[in-house]
Amino acid sequence: MAKRQKVLVLYLKLPSLEGEVISWATFDGTGKKLHMTGDSDEPPYPTGLDALLDGWRLFQASQAIPEHPGQEFRTSYLKHEFFFEKLEEGDF
Amino acid sequence: MAKLLTTEQMAEFANSGCLFFDELIDEQTNKEFLDDIGHTEIDDVDSVQEYYRNIKATSSIPRIPAGKKLKDAYPKGSPLEKIFGNEVVDGAIKSLVGSNTIIDHQFLHITFPTKYFKQAHQRQMSQQNHQDSTIDPRSTFDVQLFYFPTEVTKEMGGTRFHPGTHLRIVNEFGIAKYQNILGQKSIVCKPGTIGIFHSGLWHGAGVNFSENIRYMFKVRLQPTEKQELLWDPEKKYQPLPNRALYWTDESKDKTINDILMRSYPWQEADTNRLDKINVVKFWRLLTGHKKMDVDYWLTRIENELY
Repeated sequence: MAKRQKVLVLYLKLPSLEGEVISWATFDGTGKKLHMTGDSDEPPYPTGLDALLDGWRLFQASQAIPEHPGQEFRTSYLKHEFFFEKLEEGDF
Repeated sequence: MAKLLTTEQMAEFANSGCLFFDELIDEQTNKEFLDDIGHTEIDDVDSVQEYYRNIKATSSIPRIPAGKKLKDAYPKGSPLEKIFGNEVVDGAIKSLVGSNTIIDHQFLHITFPTKYFKQAHQRQMSQQNHQDSTIDPRSTFDVQLFYFPTEVTKEMGGTRFHPGTHLRIVNEFGIAKYQNILGQKSIVCKPGTIGIFHSGLWHGAGVNFSENIRYMFKVRLQPTEKQELLWDPEKKYQPLPNRALYWTDESKDKTINDILMRSYPWQEADTNRLDKINVVKFWRLLTGHKKMDVDYWLTRIENELY
């Protein structure tokens, strides 16, 4: 049996896993489902914590980086990024 | 006679980064435009590049050098001259980028239906989210005018866009990793609809699951003058006085400031406040009132006493 990785990326309203999901992306290494931009309007979980409760393992979270002096009001990319994974066994 | 935008429409643009005018262009002009763009049979081509090569070879849409004045760009009596001569389109352009706007570029975006990808043995994917066309830290802004000559149904995957993202400065496809963003919208419209985007608005093309090709003609326009009160040449606009914050009187009528301070579901709790600050800064530039404020966002932090 081979193992394949499924990756779930959640962007939250807060830097805490309790924060509500505001953006999401899924990449399915099992090949069972092809996800793409704009494929769902409803988030897969209400919060990051709900993803943990469903068995997703957190493996990376964005750091808190102080704003650059003089650039405090510049806005850019979504800030609170969390990477999760699930490993799935099967004959792929 | 150009029909300039209202202050409410300008506030809507300042806050959301986009405006729409449904079924604005008449049926005859839509037909003339479709006749002009050039034709090729989808069943006879092996690649998107070949399709574009064929369609460009038969198209009468002129090639326009970057930087050419819009008013000199399209032949008299051509459908594009009629579209830009429409009083609402003309007024919106004059209100946002002035009377002497120049063309950055134009392009006919074609989104192919599923059958094309099947016959080409290619994976049919949507276009990822992006911001045109490179990192742009200017206060000046360009606009992108989107013209939809045919109906766009939901299954045709009309342009996806994210209202309120236009003032976030990112590097083009640096936002491609956000597959879905809460509050995302896709254009579903009748023939002849015009959309105008701030050049910073995050967007991308959807997947076309219909049987028909989807067309969208885009022109990016750049100003050559300061974008201050262009919609209000008599300079009638005056900022509203401060109002109570948090402990508010809900019975009061909604004002321009409510449009300017609208939040979006994709905004983080902390950065949402910076987004509001940036809308106020943008409104200062648009109105020329350099000290104006909404809901004390800038006054509070400009009260530096040391």
